[in-house]
Amino acid sequence: MLLTISTTHAPATDLGYLLHKNPQRLHSQTLSFGTAHVFYPDARNDLCTAALMLEIDPVGLVRKKGPNEGFALEQYVNDRPYVASSFLSVALGQVFRTAMSGRSKDRQDLADSAVPYEIHLPALPSRGGEGLLARLFGPLGYEVTATRLALDEAFPAWGGSACYDVRLRITARLGDVLRHLYVLIPVLDADKHYWVGDDEVEKLLQKGEGWLDSHPERELVARRYLKNLRGLAEVVMERLSDGEAVPDPVRQDGQEETLEKAINLNRQRMEWVVAALKRLGAKSVVDMGCGEGRLLGLLSKDLEFEKITGCDVSVRALEIARARLNFDRLPEFQQQRIQLLQSALTYRDKRLAGYDAATVIEVVEHLEPERLDAFARAVFEHAKPLHAIVTTPNAEYNALFPNLPAGKFRHPDHRFEWTRAEFEAWADSVAERFGYTVTFEAVGTVHETLGAATQAAIFTKGDKQ
Amino acid sequence: MTETVITIPQLSLVLLVGPSGSGKSSFGRKHFLKTEVISSDYCRGLVSDDENDQVATKDAFEVLNFIAGKRLAAGKLTVIDATNVQPEARRPLIDLARKHHVIPVAIVLNVPREVCLARNETRPDRNFGKGVVWGQAEALRRSIKGLKKEGFGHVTVLDATEIDTVRIERQPLWPDKRDVTGPFDLIGDIHGCFDELEALMVKLGYVIEGRTPFRVTHPEGRKLVFVGDLVDRGPKTPEVLRIVMDMVADGRAFCVAGNHDDKLRKALQGRDVKIAHGLAESLEQLSFETPEFRQRVIRFLDGLISHYVFDGGKLAVSHAGLKEHYIGRGSPRIRSFAMFGETTGEIDAFGLPVRYNWARDYRGDTMLVYGHTPVPEPEWLNRTINLDTGCVFGGKLTALRYPEKEIVQVDAARVYCEPVRPIGYGQDARDADVLDIDDVAGKRIVETELARNIVIREENAMAALEVMSRFAVDPRLLIYLPPTMSPPETSGFDGWLEHPAEAFDYYRKQGVATVVAEEKHMGSRAVVVLGRDADVVSRRFGTAEAGLGTVYTRTGRAFFADKTMEQAFLARLAKAMETAGLWDHLASDWVCLDTEIMPWSAKAMALIEQQYAPVGAAAAHVLPLAAELLARAGQAGMAEKMAERAGMVSAYRDAYRRYCWDVKGVGDYRVAPFHVLAHEGGFNLDRDHLWHLEMIDRLCAADPGFVTTTRRQVIDLSDAAQVAAATRWWEDETAAGMEGMVVKPMGFTIKGQKGVIQPGVKCRGREYLRIIYGPEYTAPENLSRLKARNVGAKRSLAQREYALGYEALKRFVAKEPLYRVHEAVFGVLALESEPADPRL
Repeated sequence: MLLTISTTHAPATDLGYLLHKNPQRLHSQTLSFGTAHVFYPDARNDLCTAALMLEIDPVGLVRKKGPNEGFALEQYVNDRPYVASSFLSVALGQVFRTAMSGRSKDRQDLADSAVPYEIHLPALPSRGGEGLLARLFGPLGYEVTATRLALDEAFPAWGGSACYDVRLRITARLGDVLRHLYVLIPVLDADKHYWVGDDEVEKLLQKGEGWLDSHPERELVARRYLKNLRGLAEVVMERLSDGEAVPDPVRQDGQEETLEKAINLNRQRMEWVVAALKRLGAKSVVDMGCGEGRLLGLLSKDLEFEKITGCDVSVRALEIARARLNFDRLPEFQQQRIQLLQSALTYRDKRLAGYDAATVIEVVEHLEPERLDAFARAVFEHAKPLHAIVTTPNAEYNALFPNLPAGKFRHPDHRFEWTRAEFEAWADSVAERFGYTVTFEAVGTVHETLGAATQAAIFTKGDKQ
Repeated sequence: MTETVITIPQLSLVLLVGPSGSGKSSFGRKHFLKTEVISSDYCRGLVSDDENDQVATKDAFEVLNFIAGKRLAAGKLTVIDATNVQPEARRPLIDLARKHHVIPVAIVLNVPREVCLARNETRPDRNFGKGVVWGQAEALRRSIKGLKKEGFGHVTVLDATEIDTVRIERQPLWPDKRDVTGPFDLIGDIHGCFDELEALMVKLGYVIEGRTPFRVTHPEGRKLVFVGDLVDRGPKTPEVLRIVMDMVADGRAFCVAGNHDDKLRKALQGRDVKIAHGLAESLEQLSFETPEFRQRVIRFLDGLISHYVFDGGKLAVSHAGLKEHYIGRGSPRIRSFAMFGETTGEIDAFGLPVRYNWARDYRGDTMLVYGHTPVPEPEWLNRTINLDTGCVFGGKLTALRYPEKEIVQVDAARVYCEPVRPIGYGQDARDADVLDIDDVAGKRIVETELARNIVIREENAMAALEVMSRFAVDPRLLIYLPPTMSPPETSGFDGWLEHPAEAFDYYRKQGVATVVAEEKHMGSRAVVVLGRDADVVSRRFGTAEAGLGTVYTRTGRAFFADKTMEQAFLARLAKAMETAGLWDHLASDWVCLDTEIMPWSAKAMALIEQQYAPVGAAAAHVLPLAAELLARAGQAGMAEKMAERAGMVSAYRDAYRRYCWDVKGVGDYRVAPFHVLAHEGGFNLDRDHLWHLEMIDRLCAADPGFVTTTRRQVIDLSDAAQVAAATRWWEDETAAGMEGMVVKPMGFTIKGQKGVIQPGVKCRGREYLRIIYGPEYTAPENLSRLKARNVGAKRSLAQREYALGYEALKRFVAKEPLYRVHEAVFGVLALESEPADPRL
């Protein structure tokens, strides 16, 4: 809500000419989300400070919801009225429009000259910490001083907040400084860019002209701007979240992916599954817990598989799977081969019965251990595929991931990770109980003592030969 | 003119048979409802816009079959108005009737072909040639004789003179005894164990007055129902038959056919049957009886039907069970299922066929009582119960009292016969746990006692399915979810958003005389399911992995991420229950409590770190600075305003800080129970709040450092002094940091004119509301706009959620099947995903 620009370049009060705001007066301007005020706490020959203060209307903010904003409590108890955010950028663009364009009616020379400025942003959220502040402002020639605000001084154990009291020093043209701020404030704030108007992205890129192209972090800048698009499903999930972080079934796979990426595990795993299915001669396959549909994508390209069904409990995952498969534009014969449906593997579901093979790839570890019984019954007693392929991480192998602390799981939503002995004991008991035989395979490079990253069980209906 | 009466079963598929022009449509109009008759001409019109378009015939009959199928599935008599003169036209309709287990009936309009032709000539739309009608009449002539053989249960051929004198009488089906309401005593498989039967009847209160014939009465007029298998294996088959036959003849008993009874009949009729499984004993014992008696036995056994439906459809009885859609219908397949059940095609370790567990899939509303497969103890599964407790194998003879649902048993005097496979073999105790996706998914309508039918929208069910299966605790422990709660109407007082006056007004308007205002604790809502020990939980909830139970949040998630912490928390609470003597007082060894667990920060830390604290930190840093800069710039007025804003922020930080403290061990938690929701045999949402508070006070006294008391005021709403005192209490306490209070009708669940009234209205303190509406909500320019809020949608939601939660808990206490409890709990979660203003 607050930003000050100071200069000591005498006569310092000429800052008023550059900003087109008389230092002797209070300037107020009504904006769509509140009121912007410009005033000068210091207006001396040796020091002039202009302050831009926003009074954001918290009630109006909520009533004017953006297209993708749901009804979440966070909007009411909200830091927007107090921090520097995209609202401040918008205000900068409107209140200092001419200054930002580098023009000055009375002091064009000064506008064209590099002059020393100090910018004070007393509450600037930086999701990425001090490091990000330095990475964004450093390459542009700013000297950055930042002090992190405590979350609550009454509770020192809570640590620091995402907000910094930031001072930036630079000798530059004022127009450039304003355009840097216009772009970088919301980039730092990242997560919470509130949609003000559809054309904001457009405007933002204009403001980056001339400096963003050569900025080493230009990709990060662009990415953070596109981050605020949320699906409807996500909004609904939030309502049922109890205020707890909901591990996103899709996006958070990121962590696991990063860990496993080095060894290219996911691709290896999927290719292994397809090969195993072919070996079993499966014509109809149901992928239980299909997620965003990676396996379905591979299977759909192979006409040997005549019927392919993907099911997942996450509506959002299914939406993504549908999009990835480009389902709505598939030719009719493909659409008839493939179907996606919402199901939960702890409920019996007759739609999942009658397949040659069921694949349960990296799914069991997402179930609470006490639900494994219901899961086993749903798959092996009710769906009763001829074959079932179940894969799960091999916990022993975790020791080989350099970035995974001991005792931690590969994914925040994993409820357990099994050693080979644990997995095999479970699989054997399931096979015995439901009349299947089971064999085990290692997927990925095998470590001498720790085994492979992924362990797999292949179940086949019927008695032991 | 004499009347011709045609009797047809109440549920049947009636084919009108006759050539074009024989008067089928007029006949249909005269004797049946318009909606009961499906005409092929009409279906032709539906698909082609031309009732006589013969090209459309194939499509038209597909439509006709589809509609007829839907009607029969729904149990509606259906009449097919088509010529039906060729066997190949009748075949699919007979198949359809069989598929739905209804009796196909043929009514033939045998009108001379000349009459048909003459009639068609007066109909300009029927311009097909003479030959067509001629051919139809010829086909009919050839058909008449063989109709019975084709599979029609009733065939009536009417000639031209009879057609006008017909009256159709609809007859209830044999199993239909809906008008017989009981009370009944239902008795399991007897297998010739007469002594045990007699002992059981005496225990049930029957008086045996005479023995030749048996004259049995019951002082309360109760009736006996036998689930079949009266005979074989045991020592006194003839005696058992005698008493049952005499009682059935007297109208004091009903009996359905068991597989053994049926086989004995065949043997007595001289049919070639394999003498095994105890049949030899029956035949030997009967050989000492008179031929007349044996003839009577044959007649009796021959007359036994597959099943009965009693008491308006609330109770059905068969020997080996039934599928839901078989109830009340008759067909060879149903008869076979009722006597033998079905097998899966697999053979078990004892060389016997594996039985299909139909009861696990049973989802009917009708209580279904059966026998056939010996079990160690009768157990309810999805509203079915098996009463065969293997008396002849040395087990027990079991009776079920209806409608009391009480089990009465006598032990077998000895083992009369060794079973081939151990009793109870292959019976999976966990069968009752199987939930089907159809129990929850899609658009659903849940019937509730409090609010009748509640609609769950499909998209809400989809969201709930994800949350339920990814995050919620085991469904077996999830027996209740609390409803959302509405605040009062916006306060009429300046500067206040919520105030007790409106809460009291609400209940006064609903006609509630006494309310209780209970302190609203600021922690996290939690439902506690607690057993006296792990065995109890395993037994009552059917999960051996839950230890002492569980604690879950209002969306069904485990409250404690750490299982060890959860169990320690429960152990401490169980100890308090023990110390307070509440287990004994409630005569229960488990309890379900509605509680608030403090501190707020224990559960809400993520929220505090990401939202509440950062807002406070930024605001508290930036507002004083803004004030200082404004002062320096000579803007005194605005500087003062910023200072005021800083003051509100400081009040906001104080408000949330009160509810935060560090938690290291169980001892750092505080739990404030406020409802004793349920315990064994106790459904407590109909008990008044004084009872709940009394139980809770005893619990608090047992461990005051852990169980926090709930302060309260009991208010007679007509007494102004009491209302004023309670209001002052609220004002003082909320100013001192209490979150607020919940005003509840003393009687807990009160049905008003428009359904159940709100079980509670929350009235939150002025300072606390900063956490909800934002730090500066009290600024006049904000408050004036925030006051425009509508609690209508929230109230409706609260009402529906409450009705579902009430239903779930009541079903659990009544030991209804898991899917019935789960459907209602799931409904609460689904409704929670409806968009609502979260500030209310």
